Amino acid sequence: MPDTQVLVNDFLNKLKKRKIEGSQATARQTAELLRSVISQQRVPYTNQAGALIDAVKAVGEQLIAANPVELAVGNIVRRVLHIIREEDLSLTTAAIGGLNLSAVSDDENDDDRDGDSTLSAAAVAAAARSTLRPPSLQTLLEDTPVSAAVPQTSSSGGDSEGKTADKSSRSRKLKHDVIEAVNELIQDIVTCHEQIAEQAVEHIHQNEVILTLGSSRTVLEFLFAAKEKKRSFRVFVAEGAPRYQGHLLAKELVARGLQTTLITDSAVFAMISRVNMVIVGAHAVMANGGVIAPVGMNLVALAAQKHAVPFVVLAGSHKLCPLYPHNPEVLLNELRSPSELLDFGEFSDCMDFGSGSGSPLLHVVNPAFDYVPPKLVSLFITDTGGHNPSYMYRLIADYYSADDLVVQRRATAGN
Amino acid sequence: MDSRRSSRAVIDPKVRQVGFFTSAPLPPDRTQSDPPDPIRSPPLADASSPGNSLSPVMIPPPRHPSDSLLRLPHSPSDAFPPPSPTTTTTSLGDFSDDVTAASSPPPAAARVRGRGSSVKQQGAASSFPGGGFEVPPSVKAPSSVPASGLTTVSVVKLPPGISENAGGSVSVEVQSDRALNSKPLKEKTSKAERRAIQEAQRAAKAAAKAEGIKTPAVTALANAKSAKSTKPSPQRNDSAVVVAASEKKGGDRSVEKDRKKDVPHPRMQYDDKSRVQKLKKRSVVKPTEARNRVELFRHLPQYEHGTQLPVLQSKFFQLDTLHPAVYKVGLQYLSGDICGGNARCIAMLQAFQEAIRDYSTPPAKTLSRDLTAKISSYVSFLIDCRPLSVSMGNAIRFLKSQIAKIPISLSESEAKATLHSDIERFINEKIILADRVIVKHAVTKIRDGDVLLTYGSSSAVEMILQHAHELGKQFRVVIVDSRPKHEGKLLLRRLVRKGLSCTYTHINAISYIMHEVTRVFLGASSVLSNGTVYSRVGTACVAMVAYGFHIPVLVCCEAYKFHERVQLDSICSNELGDPDSISKVPGREDINHLDGWDKSENLQLLNLIYDATPSDYVSLIITDYGMIPPTSVPVIVREYGRGQLWIYEECDPLASPGRCSDAVFFVDGLIFYPSQHLVLSFWFPDRPPSGLNNDLLERSDNFVTVAENGNFTNFEL
Repeated sequence: MPDTQVLVNDFLNKLKKRKIEGSQATARQTAELLRSVISQQRVPYTNQAGALIDAVKAVGEQLIAANPVELAVGNIVRRVLHIIREEDLSLTTAAIGGLNLSAVSDDENDDDRDGDSTLSAAAVAAAARSTLRPPSLQTLLEDTPVSAAVPQTSSSGGDSEGKTADKSSRSRKLKHDVIEAVNELIQDIVTCHEQIAEQAVEHIHQNEVILTLGSSRTVLEFLFAAKEKKRSFRVFVAEGAPRYQGHLLAKELVARGLQTTLITDSAVFAMISRVNMVIVGAHAVMANGGVIAPVGMNLVALAAQKHAVPFVVLAGSHKLCPLYPHNPEVLLNELRSPSELLDFGEFSDCMDFGSGSGSPLLHVVNPAFDYVPPKLVSLFITDTGGHNPSYMYRLIADYYSADDLVVQRRATAGN
Repeated sequence: MDSRRSSRAVIDPKVRQVGFFTSAPLPPDRTQSDPPDPIRSPPLADASSPGNSLSPVMIPPPRHPSDSLLRLPHSPSDAFPPPSPTTTTTSLGDFSDDVTAASSPPPAAARVRGRGSSVKQQGAASSFPGGGFEVPPSVKAPSSVPASGLTTVSVVKLPPGISENAGGSVSVEVQSDRALNSKPLKEKTSKAERRAIQEAQRAAKAAAKAEGIKTPAVTALANAKSAKSTKPSPQRNDSAVVVAASEKKGGDRSVEKDRKKDVPHPRMQYDDKSRVQKLKKRSVVKPTEARNRVELFRHLPQYEHGTQLPVLQSKFFQLDTLHPAVYKVGLQYLSGDICGGNARCIAMLQAFQEAIRDYSTPPAKTLSRDLTAKISSYVSFLIDCRPLSVSMGNAIRFLKSQIAKIPISLSESEAKATLHSDIERFINEKIILADRVIVKHAVTKIRDGDVLLTYGSSSAVEMILQHAHELGKQFRVVIVDSRPKHEGKLLLRRLVRKGLSCTYTHINAISYIMHEVTRVFLGASSVLSNGTVYSRVGTACVAMVAYGFHIPVLVCCEAYKFHERVQLDSICSNELGDPDSISKVPGREDINHLDGWDKSENLQLLNLIYDATPSDYVSLIITDYGMIPPTSVPVIVREYGRGQLWIYEECDPLASPGRCSDAVFFVDGLIFYPSQHLVLSFWFPDRPPSGLNNDLLERSDNFVTVAENGNFTNFEL
């Protein structure tokens, strides 16, 4: 597949060089890339889902490694994996339902498990049986018989041979369905603003004062949606050093007729006592409800908490990351160039490079992200509605299958 | 359950009755039926009122009589800090007599004062010879002195020296009818009464001029004596009246008046159109108003920046009223060449020094009055250039009080010399030496291996860091900076040059960098009476994050920047900078989204200069009086704020060795008062003290050992 490889390499380069700005763009491009990977992927006669998963994982691993901080990439890879599994499941059930109409529910259950086990046996060593079921109370209750059935199915491999005919009939169907679903995903990513913005009226009141930091397309649309609904309110925009995206946001807001005041980041604490609500975008939302956000957000969140101002995070579903953060300030962060703070060579006169003894006297730290712990967040507004930080793990579980949480190791094990 | 509840319901009201019904009728009974009781009569809110009514709650701080006289402008038993012109006598040319006269009574006064007002009268007697009558009322504190000095007489409504007894009886009358309703004087003095007081003051002034000066004091004394005999336990109202008759020396003056004056003036509100108009008429600069004003800050001046400078420059030759030095400083403020509380204050004072040097009193005017007006006009010019900082306000207040204290007997050149040296001393003691003391204190808080974070550029913090580095302490500095001024860069440059290891970052990254920090050192523009630290915008953010990380926040601020004003947020009072500096990011040409921002109505750019850090975030304030918690700020303001502390002047061992018998002098200039367990201030070490009866044996960071009459005593510092 030289075709996809070129695409993948191209995208990898962009990721590595941080050419793609914003998690939405990244997510969309990742999804598009994976779609082409899937469409180019030749599916074997048997076990096409496994092959697709393999291919996607192989690419996904590279993508994630290219920019581990851009969590949207991993999210989309996992979403696509999840889609493949889901589609496969629905096809399997449909096929079985079509073939054995007479089968009683117990039988169907068995067959279902069989098809599953063949997949997993052939493709990934430990592809979970539970993946094929959406997480539900029923699954939880049925969990025990499934695990009990594992040795039985794996020992009788010949069992699945009989099903090959069914699979060939739906071989095209799977790929087609998956691509359809990925298209939907892309559509979702593109339109998530609108779905979030629809909820704006419920949250923004007349004459409110809203503070935001940096620039986020979602926030812009959200505010504008409220403005369109004849709500008049004013917006304080903190400029968001060192990228000063706030300037951009302020400009856009003003262009759309909103009362906007641009403030420096240092004035956030001073101004927040007059603010009714903080509405910000996020870089990623972790499973514990913590937020990875542009640098400076923790400051805003702390100030908001101090003044009991609601801190609302807008996040499209592609930003929901199924991982739990560990030491996110360091591990999920990235240090940008010092040139954003100090001009190149500005301090060369102060430093004696000639002596070269010991460590340099001057360090410049310019992190890109901040971690906002869940206790500082009042509300998440996603395209599925508003949620508490404590609920995020559950919301996130709907989008991902538990098997895909760790993409890398599985992929290497599979290779 | 029900039964229990009902039984309780029966009992409860009983219990409540005990608490409520019995006590409620009582207080009126007390206050009305036995008014002479000095303890009960003052309302609770006035626990700190005059010294004669000892509130059961208040414990007067123990203070050595002699040093309280020397150092503190007010009486030891008085918890109130009367803004005080203590130094009037001392600043006289021929003060040796006065000093001896004045310095002997106060210890006695300290003892007797609790009994009644007579002692204050004594004080008055001793202080009157100064001839302070002609001192024009100029500033809050001192202005009340000459006026109030004669209040008794005025209440008596008799020319001084004519009928003491009548006066006494009148005042007693006043007392007794006041005593019936123990309410604050404010409510009681009617308009007519006040007018009467004023008139009588005028009359008395004239009479005093004519008759010589001692007489009214004697009268007052006699009045008080008679008052005392009739009423051994005066009410607080009587004290308000009689105390008003008191003097400057002991500092026991009208508590009521002082209290009123303690309330800072409301600041100019720029949304008040009529006042703004008035102001504009006077002002020299005539700034054009900014077009896109931030709604929330209409009460602050928002002017088009960059328009004043050319106007001023063109007006240079028309501004004949302004001294060139003042003009120059004003321009420097305007252009931002001088910034930082201390620098601005020193520049202003030095300009005033020059202006005073070149000043000559116009004919038919008194120096103090005319010079005060002159200074006021300079100040309003400086305000036009840039709003005053609190430190400058305090310095101006000091200067005006010094001017007001100049006795008319002094010749012009002497007066000018006095003022010159006063200003010099203010700069030296309040700023330069204060910083040295702060550095001394703060360095003890730096340990090896520390990572110290500082925000912006504070001169005090910079000195601390450099001093600690010179001491060889091993530490690292994190400099947090913010837009638009990037003052941290300058600090970074200076520190790196000195060889300190520095980390530089911007304020948004504060949560990232705070993980490695062990202490936060912050400067302050001012510390307000409720412990709020008013400082460069962003300081509050830094303090908040540090607080969240449980890292101690140490604020370094000279005590002359303390102010009795209170503030809860950063909006009620602030200063707005040039909004254009926000739209442009120097060195980042790619960020030009806001070019021509002022064309759109909906967009405002807000460049706040200061913010207010709540006192919860501040662990410690390091000031020249030591290291104090933010809750102690009002104490410092109260005790040392108004009456400027002039250790050097009043406690100079060369001038009067006997007076500082209690103090211990250190080679490094600190003065230690064993009776207070307090290091207070310092004198100039280049002039060795003489005539000390204490020997300093040892001094460490934490304690000193002093040999006193053969006994060794350890005092903690």
